[in-house]
Amino acid sequence: MPGGLAARALRIRESGIVVVLAVFVAVTASVQHRFLNAANIQFVLVDTTVFALLALGETMVVISRNVDLSIGSTLGLSAYLSASLFQGHSGAVVPLVFGAGLGIGLACGLANGVLVAGGRVPSLVVTLATLYIIRGIDILIVGGKEVTAASLPASFLQIPKATVGGVPDVAIAVAVVIGIGAYYLRTFRSGRDLYAIGSSPQAARLVGLPVGRRVFTAFAASGAIAGLAGVLWAAQYGTVNSSAGTGYELQVISAVVVGGVAIFGGSGGVVGAALGALLLATISTALYVLGISPFWDQAIWGFLLLVAITLDQAIGARLTAALRRRRTREPPEGPS
Amino acid sequence: MSDRLREAARGLARWESGLAVVVIALLIGGPAISPDFLTGTNLFNLGLSNGEIAIMTLPMTLIIISGEIDLSVASMLGMASALLGRLWSEHVPMPAIFAVIAVVGLAAGAVNGLLVTRFRLPSLAVTIGTLALYRGIATILLGPTTVSGFPVGYTDLGVNGVPFTNDDMTWSTLVFLVGAIASGVVLHATGFGRSVFAMGASEEAAQFAGIRVKRIKTVLFMVSGLVCSLAGVLWTFRLDTAVQDNGLGLELDVVAIVLLGGVSIFGGKGSVAGVVLAALAFAGIQNLLLLTNFNQEATGVVTGALLLASVFAPLAVGQLRQLPWSRRPTTERIQS
Repeated sequence: MPGGLAARALRIRESGIVVVLAVFVAVTASVQHRFLNAANIQFVLVDTTVFALLALGETMVVISRNVDLSIGSTLGLSAYLSASLFQGHSGAVVPLVFGAGLGIGLACGLANGVLVAGGRVPSLVVTLATLYIIRGIDILIVGGKEVTAASLPASFLQIPKATVGGVPDVAIAVAVVIGIGAYYLRTFRSGRDLYAIGSSPQAARLVGLPVGRRVFTAFAASGAIAGLAGVLWAAQYGTVNSSAGTGYELQVISAVVVGGVAIFGGSGGVVGAALGALLLATISTALYVLGISPFWDQAIWGFLLLVAITLDQAIGARLTAALRRRRTREPPEGPS
Repeated sequence: MSDRLREAARGLARWESGLAVVVIALLIGGPAISPDFLTGTNLFNLGLSNGEIAIMTLPMTLIIISGEIDLSVASMLGMASALLGRLWSEHVPMPAIFAVIAVVGLAAGAVNGLLVTRFRLPSLAVTIGTLALYRGIATILLGPTTVSGFPVGYTDLGVNGVPFTNDDMTWSTLVFLVGAIASGVVLHATGFGRSVFAMGASEEAAQFAGIRVKRIKTVLFMVSGLVCSLAGVLWTFRLDTAVQDNGLGLELDVVAIVLLGGVSIFGGKGSVAGVVLAALAFAGIQNLLLLTNFNQEATGVVTGALLLASVFAPLAVGQLRQLPWSRRPTTERIQS
């Protein structure tokens, strides 16, 4: 019975963003029909992939009542280093480059994990510091240079353009990765532990959950995913300099929050966060298609974000009240 | 009594004295590394390029000590700058522009404060939302245009120093120093300041002690809005340029300096003296690296390392105190 209530609340949380997304698409499409043509949909989906990936990693961290501010820097470092593998001797194969990006990201994530979980210090401070340090290392390596599309093999630049039945390959791949992430968080013990830790780190520690190890894993995963997203970013944009991904961290966190993940952990899901990233990309394209100046983009996004957290709070308050009423009405009589 | 005083002094002085050592080392070692370091012109430039950031750290200090955070500071700076540019290009007289900017700054802060206190939303999420919203409003106000050609009397701010200082001290430095003294007095010597510490240590306890937590927090956010608007005006005049992305991304620099100054991210702990020293160290290191032809943008490595030190140093000190030979017999400790 309480499971039914929780499931309903979860449905409400994610259906909220689906409704907003649907309304946005419907209004835009009714005004401007070419919004829903294949090329446009492909563009939005490809545009979403990088942010959706970053949102996946960030969600795992945020659910555990932590935050990872270093993902933008990690993406930048991975994008440059992996893309520059193609330079000189362009014998580097694409899978190897993706592996390299993943490894670079994993190294950054492990550093965050060791500092946060090992030192038991606030992740906001640690990842703010690694944001600077990783970006600084990136700038020292890159200097004034840049990787240009001309130096990248066509097979690499073709990755975001390939489609299956009109749907970009990368969008399918990212959707599969997010599906795996959602399944993991929902069913695996270590995934459920993240929610428990985020709801109450103290209680989680008292019942014997390996808090440090789980938080460490979440940061490692977030870093690895950001590294992977960096390679995708390089394939998408072709030109990589030392400022790639600057400022992405706050955009990703806002997409995650709009997607219904509580900023102080314990609730929300990967699918919602990915939908948040999709909404972010949809809004900017929709405004462009509608002929509204792209300069309205950010203000609308900020306003939506404020509405989303206010609504989420209202739903949360109602849910708590409902649970309290239920508890007082039916005294617990052991597990049913 | 004197024992308690000494204990308090020791607790306060620990991190701040470390920072003081860093600043003194910069003063002594700086000229050895670059003979230009302590020249009047260089100090003037140092003040120019860090003045606005330093000014914004002051309200941020009080907000973080009260247990909240304001990530919208750089956007409020940008919004004030955009307002100034837009209204000036429409030939509004300067005093009227200043009045509008002050009112808008207070209102922007009030929106943050009311959403946090009355709707009980986490300030981290709210101010990421208003970060996007206020930057969005700045973008709407100016679009792609750049406004320059402000009256010479105002743009002299970026050329001339404060009278009687041999043109070595910028106006923004003067504003920072006056503001630092004012916030130091308010935070450390008034009932208001003690309330700020109290609510940061325990919001509930502060509430029960009769402190008007919501009102004080709202006031702090409003002050932040006003001060950041002032920083926006200084920024615009100094560069004689109003563009929509003025000050983009500075919020993390501001937070980093405050945390570097020994303010606890969890609230309830910190001092203005620490933040002032941190601002000096931040500016000095950045400037010195610039003079030595180090890639200036990569100075984040140093900032990040210092930030890590700021969280790990107290931990290391705590570990040392746990060692058997440094353990002192404790006299009746009050249980919390």
